[in-house]
Amino acid sequence: MSDTIVTSIPGQATPAGAEAVTAPAHTERALPGTGTMNLPMTKALNAGLRQAMRDNPKVLMMGEDIGPLGGVFRVTEGLIAEFGDKRVLDTPLAESAIIGTAIGLALRGYRPVCEIQFDGFVFPGFDQITSQLARMRNRHEGQVVMPVVIRIPYGGHIGSIEHHQESPEAYFAHTPGLRVVSPSNAHDAYWMMQEAIASDDPVIFFEPKSRYWPKGEVNLAKSGSPLHASRVVRSGTDATVVGHGAMVSVLLQAAELAAAEGTSVEVIDLRSISPIDYGPILASVEKTGHLVVAQEAHGFVSVGSEIAATVMEKAFYLLEAPVLRVSGFDTPFPPAAVETHFLPSPDRVLEAIDRALSY
Amino acid sequence: MSATSNASPTVQLLSPEGVFAPSDSAAEFLPYLDRLTEADYRRFYRDMVVVRRFDTEAANLQRQGQLALWVPSHGQEAAQVGSAYATRPQDHVFPSYREHVVGMIRGLDLVDILRMLRGVTLGGWTPEDHGNFHLYTLVLASQTLHATGYAMGMQLDGATATGDPETDQAVIVYYGDGASSQGDANEALVFAASYQTPQVFFLQNNHWAISVPVTRQSRTPLYLRAGGFGLPGTQIDGNDVLASYAVTAKHLDDARAGRGPALIEALTYRVGAHTTADDPTKYRDPEQLAYWVARDPIVRFRSYLQGLGVEREFLDAVDEEADDYAADVRRRALDIHSPEKAVIFDNVYAEPHPLIQEQKAWLDRYEASFEGGDA
Repeated sequence: MSDTIVTSIPGQATPAGAEAVTAPAHTERALPGTGTMNLPMTKALNAGLRQAMRDNPKVLMMGEDIGPLGGVFRVTEGLIAEFGDKRVLDTPLAESAIIGTAIGLALRGYRPVCEIQFDGFVFPGFDQITSQLARMRNRHEGQVVMPVVIRIPYGGHIGSIEHHQESPEAYFAHTPGLRVVSPSNAHDAYWMMQEAIASDDPVIFFEPKSRYWPKGEVNLAKSGSPLHASRVVRSGTDATVVGHGAMVSVLLQAAELAAAEGTSVEVIDLRSISPIDYGPILASVEKTGHLVVAQEAHGFVSVGSEIAATVMEKAFYLLEAPVLRVSGFDTPFPPAAVETHFLPSPDRVLEAIDRALSY
Repeated sequence: MSATSNASPTVQLLSPEGVFAPSDSAAEFLPYLDRLTEADYRRFYRDMVVVRRFDTEAANLQRQGQLALWVPSHGQEAAQVGSAYATRPQDHVFPSYREHVVGMIRGLDLVDILRMLRGVTLGGWTPEDHGNFHLYTLVLASQTLHATGYAMGMQLDGATATGDPETDQAVIVYYGDGASSQGDANEALVFAASYQTPQVFFLQNNHWAISVPVTRQSRTPLYLRAGGFGLPGTQIDGNDVLASYAVTAKHLDDARAGRGPALIEALTYRVGAHTTADDPTKYRDPEQLAYWVARDPIVRFRSYLQGLGVEREFLDAVDEEADDYAADVRRRALDIHSPEKAVIFDNVYAEPHPLIQEQKAWLDRYEASFEGGDA
């Protein structure tokens, strides 16, 4: 198997195909330390994991099918070949044990990165995450650190079966002691993964499955944003829309459509779900006076609800309309044949923007 | 077989009457007794007596409103003392929440356990400064996985199975018959077997999970479950401190030598209540209690020591020491003070977290806003 990797020099446009190099995936050892690469998120995550493992021998991978197969999404592809089966552990099929033994390894000084195969499979490990992992440092009165990353591919848009398209981030954001993040693009995936592994706190790392494959430019020289910073990814003046993970591309599409109709929409990529960086959100609301929060997750008791409440507490007089939420419905994720009706679309985001602007 | 042969699979060295009468199944463990001197025997006895007296004192403190709860270990002293003395300094111990004397033997001040039960901390001590005795874990069987992961880390570090028993490390994890039904306990056995961790699972079958008898947890003797996971399993008379020592010593040595994990089921009895919030008279047969009280581990070992010629003065001195210890514990328990309210916030995260910082500052301002506010 080989992959075509397009490299480019910072500041210069990439001549399409001109600098394409063909290399077997396992020779990515020659990853350049600078410059940019055009990668799908899966390969950006892979490169981030690989870099973290090279930087720190205490970093371990744990999970189901992450060894020779490279994970069901191939995010860990080639890692076992480079680092061996002592650092890339294909585990028995038991999520609670993956998390629970990762806690023991962290107490021993390791920095485990656990792969949960799909969003809906995290719940057998939920007790170890919320009752143990999240509280270990607090219970030890600050005498230990818990540098454990739990990677969870999440979200819909992939037409899959039950338990394979869910967005359970609110459960984890509700749990003190955890940090929760989700990149929306390949560049952030590469950097946020390394920053999450470097964190001395447990990080739940939600990877938006539907964004696994589109390629994006990864600047290998610098991240540009700290792990927990939200970021304006499109400037606008009439309304602000906020989302994370796969929702960001939906919001950008909505903003593009709105622009064609003469409405200027500012798009904020949340990036971090816990803690939430309200600075850019409040600054944007000060400018636009209108806020729409969008998410694939169920709206009831959700991250979007939290943002809406907080913005109303902190910036009531800046708002010209109620903060509106666009969410998945409060139903189980439906059969894939009707998922497009369930998932927030650019049109549903536009409908909410129109409602906000009509106040 | 001789007339005195004991063909039970349960490893026993001392009869309930305190006579040295090893079961046939004890043969492979007997050499481990050679490591013990009479001074060790005296320490075993002393620790069992002291912790039982401590146990009574702690229950009294709870009844007097000085502790939120107490978790007695009465009846399980032999299982705990024998297994704890079988550990080596470099080992790590993951308790459940009833292994007070194990902590004491590993160097923990038992008043530190009372801190948690007095409600001033969620933990109570730093494991690395207290004989690698890890924190109590209140969600049953959760610690079995932490122990297994820790043992995996020992392997990755090359800190075990080098061939030097003086430095090779191992893990012992304590849990019980109730916890044996938890998924985590079973997943820990799966992982331990899969990675061949240097680890002993020490299962104290005290016959009761609060009000539910062990017969509800398992239709098979619990030590036989080990075989299904690919581990050796040994059942011991858990009220026989020498059996607990010898069997644990063998399995820990096997583990540290790279021969993999093992499970020990110690048959014992929770003579007291589950906790001070429990009332075992509502669900337990007095005859069962009487049967086990008659097999008391301390009485048994005292009889054995007396048979060895240990003088009365020693036994009396131990009782006096236990009383003094209990009085000291009482005095120091009453001297445990509440922490500052900052503990609510300070150790939730290792790195700064704006929401927590904001809430901490708000609480300070709020409480200072009242007359006489202290912030």
